[in-house]
Amino acid sequence: MRFRAYYKHYHLMLLPGIALMIVFHVVPMLGIAIAFQDFKIGRGVWGSQWIGFENFTYMFQIHDSAVIFYNTAFISLMKMIAHLIVPLVFAILLNEVRIRSVKRWVQTIVYVPHFLSWVILASVISDMLSLNGIVNQLVKALGFDPVMFLASNRWFPAIIVGSDIWKEFGFAAIIYLAALAGINPNLYEAAEMDGASRIKQLIYVTLPSLMPTVVLLATLSIGNILNAGFDQIFNLYNPLVYSSGDIIDTYVYRVGLVQAQYGFATAVGLMKSLVGFIMIVLSYRIAYKYANYRIF
Amino acid sequence: MSVLVRNKTFGSRLSEGVLLAVMLLISAVSLAPVWHTVSLSFSDNAAAAGGFVKFWPRGFNLESYRKIMVEPHFLHSFLVSVERVLLGGAINFALTVLMAYPLSRSGKEFPLRSAYMWFLLFTMLFSGGVIPLYITVKSLGMFNTLWALVLPGAVPVFNVVLLMNFFRNLPKELSEAGYMDGAGPWFMMLKVFLPLSLPSLATVTLFSVVGHWNSFFDGMIFMRSVENYPLQTYIQQLVVQLNIADLDSTQAELLEKISDKTLNAAKIVVSMVPILAIYPFLQKYFIHGIMLGSVKE
Repeated sequence: MRFRAYYKHYHLMLLPGIALMIVFHVVPMLGIAIAFQDFKIGRGVWGSQWIGFENFTYMFQIHDSAVIFYNTAFISLMKMIAHLIVPLVFAILLNEVRIRSVKRWVQTIVYVPHFLSWVILASVISDMLSLNGIVNQLVKALGFDPVMFLASNRWFPAIIVGSDIWKEFGFAAIIYLAALAGINPNLYEAAEMDGASRIKQLIYVTLPSLMPTVVLLATLSIGNILNAGFDQIFNLYNPLVYSSGDIIDTYVYRVGLVQAQYGFATAVGLMKSLVGFIMIVLSYRIAYKYANYRIF
Repeated sequence: MSVLVRNKTFGSRLSEGVLLAVMLLISAVSLAPVWHTVSLSFSDNAAAAGGFVKFWPRGFNLESYRKIMVEPHFLHSFLVSVERVLLGGAINFALTVLMAYPLSRSGKEFPLRSAYMWFLLFTMLFSGGVIPLYITVKSLGMFNTLWALVLPGAVPVFNVVLLMNFFRNLPKELSEAGYMDGAGPWFMMLKVFLPLSLPSLATVTLFSVVGHWNSFFDGMIFMRSVENYPLQTYIQQLVVQLNIADLDSTQAELLEKISDKTLNAAKIVVSMVPILAIYPFLQKYFIHGIMLGSVKE
């Protein structure tokens, strides 16, 4: 077989990428050893003292851990629910628009926030939510007292979830729009013949046709339960809202890289990776079993 | 089209009007924060600090943009960002193509494919986290160099999978005919598969360029001095951290008056311009590209 002669070329093509992944992905994985050490950066991995599971027992003792695990799971669960509903509703509404140019313009505009960074959006949002910002001017005009939104534990999680869905709903709707375009027009024609109104068509044709996509996306999002959005929260939070907005990733950054407790922070990060890994494997197994979905 | 027979009753016209109004409102909400910032950047600083600027500049002037032009740190970090986009984007592109092509071959053509796929899956699912990466980059002596910004993310695995799936969905006859005519793997990849994959290539390029332009965290932890900051890190350090300082203070309003609101707004606008400039050109490809790449046989 002549394919055999090509094997070495295939390996050669893959070599640079695989080599870089080993250096920057696999080698750091070995670095999780420091989760079991009292790591000092001056002494390195070989010179630091091994302390077994001490970092982990410490993690289960302190109150911080419960707070950050709860905040992470709560924020990402709220985001998950919002991400299932808002893009779906938007896609269905947009699909009902008959004028093609309007449809295209709306799509172009709502995708824009997805491509802007959280650094930029956070500075815009915190400006708009500041005491004499545009939102508080509206609040005052309506006769209420101005609110320090980003300093309030009552408001912070809602602002995180709200601004995230504002940024992503348009882009997330792409997959639903594609699913909507794939619905067989005969179904609508038949429904029309039977005298179904537009609302009835929505309930009996559109929604059931979208259900497999919704279920698939819901399943796959389970794997992200511990990713509450580092970039976003890091750029919007401050010490006043740690109790409602501090998540695992921001905590690991502060404790690890700012306070230089490398071993302990790596242990917390490792815990997150393990739980995340289990959730991803679980969700993909479910997706494979019930939706016949495979990543590769 | 969802409804084939259209009857233009008053009711259906009304609901269509309401629908258009809702779409207009949604679009306005999507653009409002950006629009507000653009308005701020062209306004008089006193009007901006007093909170008088909403969705139109007050006291229109270009002063903020003039100030930016003579601020060396800003210009320099803009250049660092351009460099990382060019170098990082090129590396991402080359490695994406080089990995996607062999991985798109069938198990019969390339038996070790599945071993490589397991490796990719493993790296996608599990990572050592930020601190081991920090120590690795530090021990490689890459702090303060451009390499720290482009090499750790050199292989965008998601893009590789996207392009690989696109390649796999091209007709089988294509590679059979090519191999019959004696074309080798490099020729097939560069001269046959690449020219047929423009929508997918545009998509993955857009993702990697936007990713490089927007990331701030690597710049923040790997760059130890301000001169080496990419633009997003620079903005993060100067603008975002300043706003948060405002919040902590009991004199929030006073501080806000001192901080140069319009200058910050202008910096944000300038940092958005490159993204907003390339996005419309690639938009027509990327929706197409995402859908094609995500469909499997």
